[in-house]
Amino acid sequence: MSDLIDTAALQPSQLRWSHFEHGADIGISGEGATLAETFAAVATALTAIVTDPAAVKDDAAVAISCEAPSPQLLLVDFLNAIIFQMATNDLLFRRYRVETDGVNLRATAWGERVDLVRHAPAVEPKGATYTALTVERRADGRWRAACVIDV
Amino acid sequence: MDISRLTRVSDCAWRIERTGTMRVPAVILASESLMREMDDKVFEQIGNVTRLPGIVGAAYAMPDAHWGYGFPIGGVAAFDPARGGVVSAGGVGFDISCGVRLLLTGLQRMDIEPIKTELAKSLYRAIPAGVGSTGRIVLEHAEMNVMLSGGARWAVEQGYGSPDDLDRIEERGCMAGADPAAVSPRARDRQRREVGTLGSGNHYLELQTVGDVDDEALAATFGLGKGDVVISIHCGSRGLGHQIGTEFLREMAIAAPGFNIELPDLELACAPIESDVGVRYLGAMRAAVNCALANRQVITHLTRSAFAKILPRARLELLFDVSHNVCREETHVVDGVERKLFVHRKGATRAFGPGHPELPARFRGAGQPVFIGGSMGTSSYVMAGNGRVDTECAFASACHGAGRSMSRHAATRRWDGRQVVEELAARGVVIMSRSMRGVAEEAPGAYKDVTAVVDAAQEAGLARKVARLRPLICIKG
Repeated sequence: MSDLIDTAALQPSQLRWSHFEHGADIGISGEGATLAETFAAVATALTAIVTDPAAVKDDAAVAISCEAPSPQLLLVDFLNAIIFQMATNDLLFRRYRVETDGVNLRATAWGERVDLVRHAPAVEPKGATYTALTVERRADGRWRAACVIDV
Repeated sequence: MDISRLTRVSDCAWRIERTGTMRVPAVILASESLMREMDDKVFEQIGNVTRLPGIVGAAYAMPDAHWGYGFPIGGVAAFDPARGGVVSAGGVGFDISCGVRLLLTGLQRMDIEPIKTELAKSLYRAIPAGVGSTGRIVLEHAEMNVMLSGGARWAVEQGYGSPDDLDRIEERGCMAGADPAAVSPRARDRQRREVGTLGSGNHYLELQTVGDVDDEALAATFGLGKGDVVISIHCGSRGLGHQIGTEFLREMAIAAPGFNIELPDLELACAPIESDVGVRYLGAMRAAVNCALANRQVITHLTRSAFAKILPRARLELLFDVSHNVCREETHVVDGVERKLFVHRKGATRAFGPGHPELPARFRGAGQPVFIGGSMGTSSYVMAGNGRVDTECAFASACHGAGRSMSRHAATRRWDGRQVVEELAARGVVIMSRSMRGVAEEAPGAYKDVTAVVDAAQEAGLARKVARLRPLICIKG
């Protein structure tokens, strides 16, 4: 795969991510020089709707792989794979290593088990949706990706 | 919403006339003031629903309608399999069979007040709630299949409640046609430890007292009197339903071009009812309905057990259980002809009127109990369904809640969770929650006025007001 980002050395604050409003739920978005960096940024925004990503340790590693017919569906599949890990293993993630060509994706997510006192999780992400779903390369060459998370 | 684009049919009915690729008109049932406040997205989304194959009559939006995924929340649409009708994973939503059940307690408010805090703590300990909460029941593959086929009936067989409860649940506690084999391993993994848990977000267990009674006769039929204490439980099919919704939405979105279905919005992903994916989705969705019914039944048992320790004389009797995110096969008369239709209600409650043959004998004269959830600081309502089996009453549907008026972000900027808890405590409402941010997000001010919503539902002829419920204790999910 052509596009690899390893955010292992980066703090969550060094990635460009943000939230936007959507009725009863929350939109997440990320930006980056590459598609992989952008996906890692969006995934960090996903953690941030639950708790401060900088407060999450990186004791545990989980491997994720997805394949989808378009970069948009790939983003949703990637986020839903993370949500599945969060839900079934009680994990929160701090950082990611992502490799993708827009169709296939391989990633490692580092995080820890939820600590109800320390993380005080605000909401439970239940699924990534196709609402406000965007994966685009802008005129300046940077990537932007976003979607709404059902909470 | 710009109401000049709609035709006013009556005080609380507004029609979007059929144009372009719309197959039928759309009708929004709301007062003028609710219409003016309503998100323009409702206009766009309910219009998109009318473009789906096989839709009959009209697409409807309830008075509490707001921006959803594909369908607006508060959207109702019926599809005819004989006319190429579709089933839509987006038209059911992610929290399949999310719903409300109401328990009578036989207690008065004065019985509760002296021990309110103790009772709140006891319920909070007894009922797993909030992010990452897990239950004491762990279901492995074979037992999960029995649960997914049996619903609340399975729960009662396990000792969670009594057989009398089943007659007070839609589908008699078990939706037929569930296909556990259509439920993926991932969906099962998400449910494995979640039976009997409230979940998070807007889910709750609330102790309430009956305030104003609007219709004494209907209230008496439902066993409600002023000052009575009741319990509302609002939750759904947890991770299993979400995983099923996510997986089938994806599959239907990718398959749509093969069925020559042009999706106006990917979230409206759908497939012909009789197609392979349509049949599998219906089997999995019905299994998720049973999961939600089992979940609410187990939570009822946990609530009864908590009460038994503190107020042993309380008798927690189930009044009724309604689901407001579901697709059901129902018979309705359209254009004078009786037809089997697949009615999608997303954020809408079935509201069968008096005389409907599917209602339990106790409610056949009154109509189906309909529960309208408010916010944790305001009011909820009990209504009685008015739906005749024709298209004039939105396929016998009514609203389901107040609906948000403010995003979660805006709410957290405006309110501090601890302050919300203190303010509600001063008004006699005890809030129990693990997350103060979660409390701020669900602050009462972040919701629309539920009274305006139920008034419009009554005016539109969807349901009749029975009684208003005021919160005493809220265990927030």
